Amino acid sequence: MTTTELPVLKPKDFASDQDVRWCPGCGDYAILTQVRKVCAALGARREKTVFVSGIGCSSRFPYYMNTYGFHSIHGRAPAIATGIKAANPELDVWVITGDGDGLSIGGNHLLHTLRRNLNINVLLFNNRIYGLTKGQYSPTSEEGKKTRSSPMGSIDMPLLPLSIALAAEASFVARSVDVSKNLGDVLRRAAEHRGTAFVEIYQDCNIFNHKAFEYATDKATREDATLWLEHGKPMLFGKERDKGIWLDRCGKPKVVELGHGVEEEELLIHDEHDEAKAFMLSRMMHPHFPEPMGVFYQIQDFCYEQLLEQQITDAVERNGQGDLQKLLYTGDCYEVKEQAPTHALHE
Amino acid sequence: MISDSNQPRTIHSATVRFAGDSGDGMQLAGMRFTDASAMLGNDVATLPDYPAEIRAPAGTVAGVSGFQVNFASKDIYTPGDEVDALIAMNPAAFKGNSQDVRSGGLIVVNEDEFNKVNLRKAGYPEGYNPIEDDKLNAKYKIVKVPITRMTEEELAESGLGAKSVGRCKNMYALGLILWLYDRPLDHTIAFLETFFGKKKNLPEVAAANVKALKAGYHFGETAELSAHRYHVDPASIPSGTYRRITGNEATAIGLVAATTLAEKTLVYCSYPITPASDILHYLAAQKHFGVKTLQVEDEIAACCAAIGAAYAGQIGVTGTSGPGVALKSEAIGLAVMTELPLVVVNVQRGGPSTGLPTKTEQSDLFQAVYGRNGDCPMIVLAPRSPADCFDSALEAVRLAVKHMTPVMVLSDGYLANGAEPWRVPEADFLEKITIEHPRPSEGDEPFQPYTRDGNLARPWALPGTQGLEHRIGGLEKEDGSGNVCYVPENHQRMTQLRREKIERIAEFLPPAEPDGPDDAKLLVIGWGGTYGTILTAVRNAQEQGKSVASLHLRHLNPFPANLGQVVAQSEKVLVPELNAGQLRSLLRDRFLVDARGLNKVQGQPFLIEEIEQAIDLMLSGDWGDHASLCPHNHKVTAPA
Repeated sequence: MTTTELPVLKPKDFASDQDVRWCPGCGDYAILTQVRKVCAALGARREKTVFVSGIGCSSRFPYYMNTYGFHSIHGRAPAIATGIKAANPELDVWVITGDGDGLSIGGNHLLHTLRRNLNINVLLFNNRIYGLTKGQYSPTSEEGKKTRSSPMGSIDMPLLPLSIALAAEASFVARSVDVSKNLGDVLRRAAEHRGTAFVEIYQDCNIFNHKAFEYATDKATREDATLWLEHGKPMLFGKERDKGIWLDRCGKPKVVELGHGVEEEELLIHDEHDEAKAFMLSRMMHPHFPEPMGVFYQIQDFCYEQLLEQQITDAVERNGQGDLQKLLYTGDCYEVKEQAPTHALHE
Repeated sequence: MISDSNQPRTIHSATVRFAGDSGDGMQLAGMRFTDASAMLGNDVATLPDYPAEIRAPAGTVAGVSGFQVNFASKDIYTPGDEVDALIAMNPAAFKGNSQDVRSGGLIVVNEDEFNKVNLRKAGYPEGYNPIEDDKLNAKYKIVKVPITRMTEEELAESGLGAKSVGRCKNMYALGLILWLYDRPLDHTIAFLETFFGKKKNLPEVAAANVKALKAGYHFGETAELSAHRYHVDPASIPSGTYRRITGNEATAIGLVAATTLAEKTLVYCSYPITPASDILHYLAAQKHFGVKTLQVEDEIAACCAAIGAAYAGQIGVTGTSGPGVALKSEAIGLAVMTELPLVVVNVQRGGPSTGLPTKTEQSDLFQAVYGRNGDCPMIVLAPRSPADCFDSALEAVRLAVKHMTPVMVLSDGYLANGAEPWRVPEADFLEKITIEHPRPSEGDEPFQPYTRDGNLARPWALPGTQGLEHRIGGLEKEDGSGNVCYVPENHQRMTQLRREKIERIAEFLPPAEPDGPDDAKLLVIGWGGTYGTILTAVRNAQEQGKSVASLHLRHLNPFPANLGQVVAQSEKVLVPELNAGQLRSLLRDRFLVDARGLNKVQGQPFLIEEIEQAIDLMLSGDWGDHASLCPHNHKVTAPA
């Protein structure tokens, strides 16, 4: 048997011939670069990869990948991806969505896709604004946010995407930032996870919500405003690595400075398999807490498409491979004996 | 009573209706009677009629469940206009159904249930009992049988509790009717033994049901229930294997057959909805065919998942009813834009909104043809009978993959739950569905997903195929390359291409062929589940020498190529529909024909006599200038 060596693909091999049309300076560019790199690094095959999106700025993403792509309708990408993966489990399926697409109009599909746990990746670009429709508040906009559709300030409570993902029984929950050097690592972990990997990516909309995440990206503040999660490691952060997360006697997280009565060994240890702690981390918000980045939660469980295939295997074992002739002749069949028919029935 | 009951009278057909509380097991009794008749070689047609609530308040008219079966030694196409024999298990069943019994017809009542409490629940005035009413007794032959007491006495030793004993009343009633129409018990007994004894592992329940069935039969014999027994000879139909089949079963089997013939996987995505859920149930049990059923979070997801499955190269089907189609509309538009083979099964019910979930109507034709944003054409076809749902499902898949387009199948509640005999086809004789996907490409040229074949269908390139990587979506496509394109002339061209692709399908459709003379004065045009009723009414009129023909339309978009000519041949056109005039409107629009409508929206199918009356009004000129008339209490009259 001879094997043909497949060519090693580089990030640029994943670029389609289409001009990228996001606004200059948009955070989406950085994410696109990282995704192409990760695809190359993981040895992904272009023909086996499908990017599915809904509607919104982020949903233009599939056009810029030289893979299979489906730019669908608003909010429905997770449902389309469900059908694709169920129909052909061999494909690597990525869903690209945004805070409006994924959490507002498509919130229902996101919830149920997460609990179905197909082996796909869901990247939610969170810019806390509606960009494509020119600047209305989104489900993740902060309370009081003044936009064209909320001139006196938004009175809606924002959603926390990771809290929702955890509540929806997601098997992999992570967060990163468009310009973070760690984004690639998080995406790689997501791609390697077997099950639905949900990644929230803070993304700067430099036109309608510029610097919404400046605290997490600015060199001066980012070390103090974010917390990089590492499994089995204490939750330590800050420019000087002198701050950490500590639980008080009520089990509430507190930011502490080391040396002021709390030592490093007393800090909370990150455990990726602890759902309750992951939920707690998902509620930690700037400026009261550093915002956690990295993998919050991960468990291994069966994937939907696996279970679907297994049921088919089991059914074939029990009933034998489906036989159309038999199916037609099941039920209450009866013979009409030889007679001189005048015509075929109902003709 | 004098008795010649041992010598049954031979009749050509009869219509029987079982009616009782929704928990009384009337559907089961009716189904068993249907099978017993079908196996004797009769033609059969059934009409189940049940309330939307699973268990509406016991004893009330709202909670009555009915099952009507027409059986005959000749071909029949409807469940029958008038009832020859009614079984009324309580006063509410009597109240809700006796008006459909013909004058002189038989009504068997369970007299034990006609007590003060039940009469009050049924809404009869205090002190009145309809089965003691002289007028009603003069109009009908009302036979009072103490079904409850006799069943209890028969099963006193069975060891079953009172509730289980009560559940055997339906078999007692069935026994009576089987005796009345000279049907053997053996098939029903075999069914009860398998169903309760083996499948549910309740042999004592099986034995009790059999005992009740026999007791009912023997009571008919000994008590001489009726002055006459009746016999209906087998129909003169070709020998072969037949089975009783409902529309939903036929649709499900048709979808499995189609995917088997196409050597594909069926991915059926659905959200439970009356009256379509039985398709999902049936297919969920066909996993050994590789069938994948996805019960997803909502109607939109169901449509989108089916589109995803089609994109990935399998047969994506979504099934629902009208309200579900409303939710799927945007996604169906996506399938039109991306030109993917999607099959949407709409088992129509009374609308608008939640409407009449368990009642039939054919009021989603506009929704199917027009109900999407943009100029958004798709194929629409409608089965004409329960068994025809099989052929329609096959045809829908065939057309979808050949022409790369979504197809809507308009079934309805009447077809879905109604049953008829189906001569089972041989799997080997079913025509294969051939599909060609583009082969992998080595070249550097980008794949062109929006090039077209002679039918204007674009290539179905599958993810996983090397060299064919491409992007599709809901934005307007550039002709050929499929890239996003806002060029004005391109949108004009693509809109025309999408329309022409569907219009060209007319070339492949069988021509419209009226049943009756070409030059008939009146042409009666129908579509979908009204086929049998219209055909019967028109043939009756033809036998009376009237100049009338019928035309059934299976394809609603596009229409058969010759429809315009056919419609123009008749002086008058009548379009009976179970809606407010949707096909009539399409025909007027397309062919500038002065079509008139008989439009019934009562949750019930047409009666033959209603169509006959409309035909007479049209032929006599008494119809007048009315664009449309509707029957009232089965009478069609033209207001002056």
